[in-house]
Amino acid sequence: MATVTLDMVSKVYPGGVTAVKDVSFDIADGAFCVLVGPSGCGKSTLLRMVAGLEAITAGAVSIGDRVVNDLGPAERDIAMVFQNYALYPHMKVYDNMAYGLRNRGMAKADIDRKVREAAQILELGALLDRKPKALSGGQRQRVAMGRAIVRDPQVFLFDEPLSNLDAKLRGQMRVEIKALQRKLGVTSIYVTHDQLEAMTLADQLVVVNAGRVEQIGAPLDIYDKPASTFVAAFIGAPPMNLLPATMGGAVPAAAATIGFRPEDVEIGHAGEGLQFTAEALAIEPVGAESFIHCRIGDATATLRTHGRSMVAPGETIRFVAPHGRLHWFGGDGKRL
Amino acid sequence: MIGAGRWRSILSHAILMAGVAVIVFPVYLAFVASTHESSAFLSGVAPLWPGSHMAENYALLLDEGISTSGSPPLAPMLLNSLAMALMIAIGKIVISILSAYAIVFFRFPFRLTAFWAIFLTLMLPVEVRIIPTFKVVADLGLLNSYAGLSIPLIASATATFLFRQFFLTIPDELVEAARVDGAGPIRFFIDILLPLSRTNTAALFVILFIYGWNQYLWPLLITTETKYYTIVMGIKRMAAVADADPQWNLVMAAVILAALPPVLVIVFMQGLFVRGLVETEK
Ligand SMILES: Nc1ncnc2c1ncn2[C@@H]1O[C@H](COP(=O)(O)OP(=O)(O)OP(=O)(O)O)[C@@H](O)[C@H]1O
Ligand SMILES: [Mg+2]
Repeated sequence: MATVTLDMVSKVYPGGVTAVKDVSFDIADGAFCVLVGPSGCGKSTLLRMVAGLEAITAGAVSIGDRVVNDLGPAERDIAMVFQNYALYPHMKVYDNMAYGLRNRGMAKADIDRKVREAAQILELGALLDRKPKALSGGQRQRVAMGRAIVRDPQVFLFDEPLSNLDAKLRGQMRVEIKALQRKLGVTSIYVTHDQLEAMTLADQLVVVNAGRVEQIGAPLDIYDKPASTFVAAFIGAPPMNLLPATMGGAVPAAAATIGFRPEDVEIGHAGEGLQFTAEALAIEPVGAESFIHCRIGDATATLRTHGRSMVAPGETIRFVAPHGRLHWFGGDGKRL
Repeated sequence: MIGAGRWRSILSHAILMAGVAVIVFPVYLAFVASTHESSAFLSGVAPLWPGSHMAENYALLLDEGISTSGSPPLAPMLLNSLAMALMIAIGKIVISILSAYAIVFFRFPFRLTAFWAIFLTLMLPVEVRIIPTFKVVADLGLLNSYAGLSIPLIASATATFLFRQFFLTIPDELVEAARVDGAGPIRFFIDILLPLSRTNTAALFVILFIYGWNQYLWPLLITTETKYYTIVMGIKRMAAVADADPQWNLVMAAVILAALPPVLVIVFMQGLFVRGLVETEK
């Protein structure tokens, strides 16, 4: 187990695409770090640079106290779980897990012990003699995890490992991955564009935008205090409502945008805070809660209420965003 | 299958059987002819039913050949053909799988140039470059040798091209997983690429074996010693006798014998061969 440090890391692909620009952050020993951001923002590139699958254009990546820039993936003592699992199709599950160990020249008996141990943890015992083709998506995912576990690596790297599973299985595997990581205590970096996965898995959340780090912190801190309008709009579902500051009353001088979360409003009450009058556009009841999409002047906002909503489309509603729950952002999108 | 199954099925089977008949009948005729005495053909009508001289004809051919027409015994010619076909098939596969590996998985200067150079040789089968190739082979002193029989035919790009296309379908993630698992280039080739190419290789082997076996012009050109004659050119020598009637019964027996090894190769490798053509295992 080890810390991972990125120091001013950049990546320029041949052909001139700058995928990552001056990224620096530290991951504590045993922490679960999630890289989250929209498609094409450079998450995979970052992860692959840590893995050693992509050359580092500038900066330094360290694992433990070793700078690993010039080491190959096998020498970095990492294990990676790929989006499409990347299992060897011609090898049985057992051999898929054992292959990396064999390449290290480990003794047969040790390999066998490790593979069976991992198989037990992941409940793969009955599948060891199957080929990947004869496994379900979830089972393949487990084998891919198993292949990572048996190596006792310093760092686990995951690149959207759950994106090929259906929603229910994804939820289940998410919990399992988290539990497994806790149990093994291995420092992990996990790439996703699913903000729910990001929020639930992360000890440390890194929000990436266009090759740069937007914000780093604990998931709830980021949720409570997004550093920019980008983060505010990206973290949370439905996202934070962002309105032009001119709609607020007593506005801080530099403010260009007001933000408030859908669940922070009080509908129908006249309390302390910013008062809004809006026209309801559509109601989405999802069971335990309902979302009201509404129009405020030229802008739109989403509100959340517990249980069923009594509001009908077309109705005019009043709501309050309490002062303590408001977020202000400057003209450059940064939090004030 | 769509629609009225029964009639469609009868019709398609009828067509298939007609096709089989068209192909099998001449082979049957050849076989029948190989079981008669040579006098059976003097009337000008080929016999339709098997005769009683099969063992005799085949034994004669394999052991002694037809000395009158300068044709050596068949057994060594069959062995020569086998050696040539195997060398060509295996040589082509080894060279092309390695060059495809280099072209697809490694970045080196002039990679594209190399690829196009290989690709260009597709346009130069032996028949086109036969005179310069003959000159080179002769200057190297390879006339009348197994090397001379096979090496000039090994150099061609068809198989390289096919392997390249297959390698390109292997997902990058698989290659990367192998790198993370500590498999160097040679390990990756042996442990992952070769097993994955198994069915493709088998299909290619069958095709190339038959290609090598059927070579006619090239062996004819570069062999003058009977001990290097191959079966396919041998048949021609038997049929084209100068002052006598060809002994059709023996010629046909030779034809049957010559056709046998490719058939056996196909029969034994059929499973892999078919899978190699239809399956994409990834
Ligand atoms: N091999 C490459 N050559 C050139 N540009 C590349 C290469 N790989 C990625 N890029 C570019 O680098 C940028 C970042 O790509 P990356 O794969 O890291 O995105 P990502 O955040 O993982 O996106 P996604 O969520 O869609 O997987 C993109 O603009 C992409 O087009
Ligand atoms: Mg990605």
